[in-house]
Amino acid sequence: MEMPVLAAAVVPIFAANPFTDPVGVIHYLVVGAVLFTAGIACMTLKRNALGVLMGIELVLNGANMNFVAFSSPYLRADGAPTLGLDGQVIALFVILLAAAEAAVALAITLNFYNNHATVDVDRADDLKG
Amino acid sequence: MELESLLPTLLGLAWLLPLASFIVILFAGPRLGHHGKGAAGMATAAIVGSFVLSLMAFLSWVAQHPVRVAAHGDHAGAHASVDGSHATAGHGDGSHGDGSHGHADAGHGAGASPHYSGDWYTLYEGGALRLSVGWYIDALTVLMFVMITFIATCVHLYASGYMHDELHDVTDHEVHLAAGGDLHRPGRFHRFFQALSLFCFSMLGIVIAGNLAMVFIFWELVGICSWFLIGFYYERTSASNAANKAFIVNRIGDFGMLIGLMALWGALGTLHFADSIGTDGHARPGLFSQVRPAVTGHAQWVPDGMVKFAAADRIGRILKDHASEPMAGVEEVEATVDTWRDQGFGRWLLLVAGLGIFCGCVGKSAQFPLFVWLPDAMAGPTPVSALVHSATMVAAGVYLVGRFYPVLTPDALLVIAYVGAITLFISATIALVANDIKRVLAYSTVSQLGYMMLARGVGGWLAGLFHLVTHAFFKSLLFLCSGSVIHACHTNDMRKMGGLSKVMPWTAGTMLVGCLAIIGAGIPFADIGLSGYYSKDSILAQALLFSRVNPAHSILFYAVAGGAALTAFYMFRLWFMTFAGEPRDHHAHEHAHESPPVMVYPLVALAVLAVVAGWTLPGGFGIANMIEQARPAGTGGEEVGGLLFRPFTIPAEHESHEHAIHVTASLVAFATAASGVLLAAAMYVWRVISPSVVAAMLMPLYTFLANRWYFDELYRFLFVKPILALSGLASATDKGLIDRFIEGLAWGARQIANFDAWIDRTVIDGVVNGTASATWNAGLELKKLQTGHLRQYVMFIALGTVALFVLASLLFRASLAG
Repeated sequence: MEMPVLAAAVVPIFAANPFTDPVGVIHYLVVGAVLFTAGIACMTLKRNALGVLMGIELVLNGANMNFVAFSSPYLRADGAPTLGLDGQVIALFVILLAAAEAAVALAITLNFYNNHATVDVDRADDLKG
Repeated sequence: MELESLLPTLLGLAWLLPLASFIVILFAGPRLGHHGKGAAGMATAAIVGSFVLSLMAFLSWVAQHPVRVAAHGDHAGAHASVDGSHATAGHGDGSHGDGSHGHADAGHGAGASPHYSGDWYTLYEGGALRLSVGWYIDALTVLMFVMITFIATCVHLYASGYMHDELHDVTDHEVHLAAGGDLHRPGRFHRFFQALSLFCFSMLGIVIAGNLAMVFIFWELVGICSWFLIGFYYERTSASNAANKAFIVNRIGDFGMLIGLMALWGALGTLHFADSIGTDGHARPGLFSQVRPAVTGHAQWVPDGMVKFAAADRIGRILKDHASEPMAGVEEVEATVDTWRDQGFGRWLLLVAGLGIFCGCVGKSAQFPLFVWLPDAMAGPTPVSALVHSATMVAAGVYLVGRFYPVLTPDALLVIAYVGAITLFISATIALVANDIKRVLAYSTVSQLGYMMLARGVGGWLAGLFHLVTHAFFKSLLFLCSGSVIHACHTNDMRKMGGLSKVMPWTAGTMLVGCLAIIGAGIPFADIGLSGYYSKDSILAQALLFSRVNPAHSILFYAVAGGAALTAFYMFRLWFMTFAGEPRDHHAHEHAHESPPVMVYPLVALAVLAVVAGWTLPGGFGIANMIEQARPAGTGGEEVGGLLFRPFTIPAEHESHEHAIHVTASLVAFATAASGVLLAAAMYVWRVISPSVVAAMLMPLYTFLANRWYFDELYRFLFVKPILALSGLASATDKGLIDRFIEGLAWGARQIANFDAWIDRTVIDGVVNGTASATWNAGLELKKLQTGHLRQYVMFIALGTVALFVLASLLFRASLAG
């Protein structure tokens, strides 16, 4: 019986024990996923706009983690092809982007505070339909 | 400058000056001076300029062609060869001028009279048709220019005084508004002078015209000017009706004129009076040289064109017989033309052409049966009556008959004579009983025009034109005098006047001169008299000669003689009723006063001319001899006719100057005039005979005359009623049938359109509106998704991404597996 595609992709990853295996891509991916999930949780749960911004940083850096991991030749013991240096460049680009985004977002937040005397994102529903 | 280029320049400028004035007044009228007062100055300046230019032309003409006693012996046809050489020389001159060429004939025997002709501008040239703006200038043209511009100058000056009421707002007491009260309107001073200027331009255009097409154009232009001026007080029903009547009646005459024009052009291929040179360089013979060519010694014959026109079927047969060699056929046709001419081909066409042109003159010159418009035309302001409806425009018909004389056949002339006789008699009798001072003068004008026509018809070419000129002076004088009286009394009714000579001495004096001139007062044996004496005597003499030669037509002479007596009676009845005796209406009399100098000076000037216009100075200078210079080639001899009538002879005009005829005519004229004056004096001054008793005795006749022979009623019954009935029928057809049909169509279209509109509203609008509202509602629903809660959005994005992954992994695993 032919294995389902998803299982074929996922099973090798989880087949090994991460706690016993040497540090590889999997570990980085796990960290990235944790960061990402934490970021999403932060974005959805925090009512403070600054908290939401922090969540965004977490999400972006979680993604960065993936780029870095996949592009590192040392982490791929199986000799699978890597992304080369591109991953790091893109990660740097994302960091740059995050800085710019943070600057704009902070400006918006400050303005919002000036106008509403709060940074509660639930109060920021002026543009609702 | 050579006369042949000088004259067109001078007279052309004189002709165009009034047009310039008209244009200026048309565009700047009310702004010229206070309430348009400057319009009078503008128009007067223009016409004075025209007069001066005409006078210069006159003097240069006289310097070149000295006016001498006409040599009457030369009218025989023996000068054909001499004249032929002249014609060639004339064409040779044409090379050094702008297409103009002149026949400067030294003497005036049988040859062409001295004249200059040419074209300023060719409007159209194609095939045989050539329409151009050109000139034909001879002694008559020059004289007419001087006469018209002089009278027009007098009338302009006079009118600037007479029309002063129009300078400010006018309350017209003859127009009662439906709302009550009288009409109050702004003055129309400038409009009057505008129309007057246009009239002068048009009238001079008729006189200078070098071809019949141009005559016709200006003929219609004076018609429209007359319409403007008669209808000057257009709020008055009488005035607007009179204007329409004049215009419509003239159209009837012009219809005949169009037929004449078509007959001429269709058969002869030209409407030019004189020979001309086309733009192709070929000489084109004019009307005169076609009808009276040099080869016949200028005797009238039927031109080749008309012969061929009449013999069209024979020509067709000949050409058909020679179908194989067309040139031989053409040659045979050319060879047979003379035979056909002898057989009488084309003479009816020539007669029709002449009578057709005369029809136009009947309308314009108010001849029987179209004379009914002229008395009504007196609804216009009096200066207009003086200029347009007595001296110039109505004389245009007489002038045209004179200009066109060479083409008129003897039979046409006799018809003209009878028309003139009927006209002069009818209108003179009506004038006997008229009480409106202007109507008396109007009927007198009609009567005098009848004289001129009759003179023309019995061979008195010179007599008729001479009377035209002298009549213009004294009749405009009489009208201006009557205007002065009306201005003073504010009424036209002679029964309310009387005794005015004490308060208006100048008017009374000048009018007396006019009356004496019109009845032809003079001393028969000494041969001295006022202008009318000479011209009327020459008409009488010619009529007498004609009736001696043709006893069957002696009624023409009796008409003239009787007319002279009637003229004397009604003119002096007018003068006595107006100026002599005791005032009949003291109210009118108290207000009467002499007119201002600007009105009196023209009267005096015209009175002087009314006296002297007929005189011939020692040495031969005089109007009569000057007109004689313009005598068309070949006319003046005996003419024999007999197409419509039994054969008759029109005697040569110079024979009427013979002593026996002349003295008899003078005596008859004197006797008739004196009896008329005496009768008038007996009735209105000495009161030996009471007019009312006479009227009562002749009640039926009086009623008949007072109702103007019931001509208006007759025409109403014969023409107006049937035409109204016909137009009623036409309008009923229009309303009942055509309009119904069209309305039905419209109704159908409306129904279809209604259905269409329903479809549009329900189906198409429904679809469009439905789409719009569905979109709108969807928008309304969808906007609820836009909650504005940031965290919710993040939630959706995260969950949505996860859901997409799940979906992708479930649905697309096969393809992912490759």
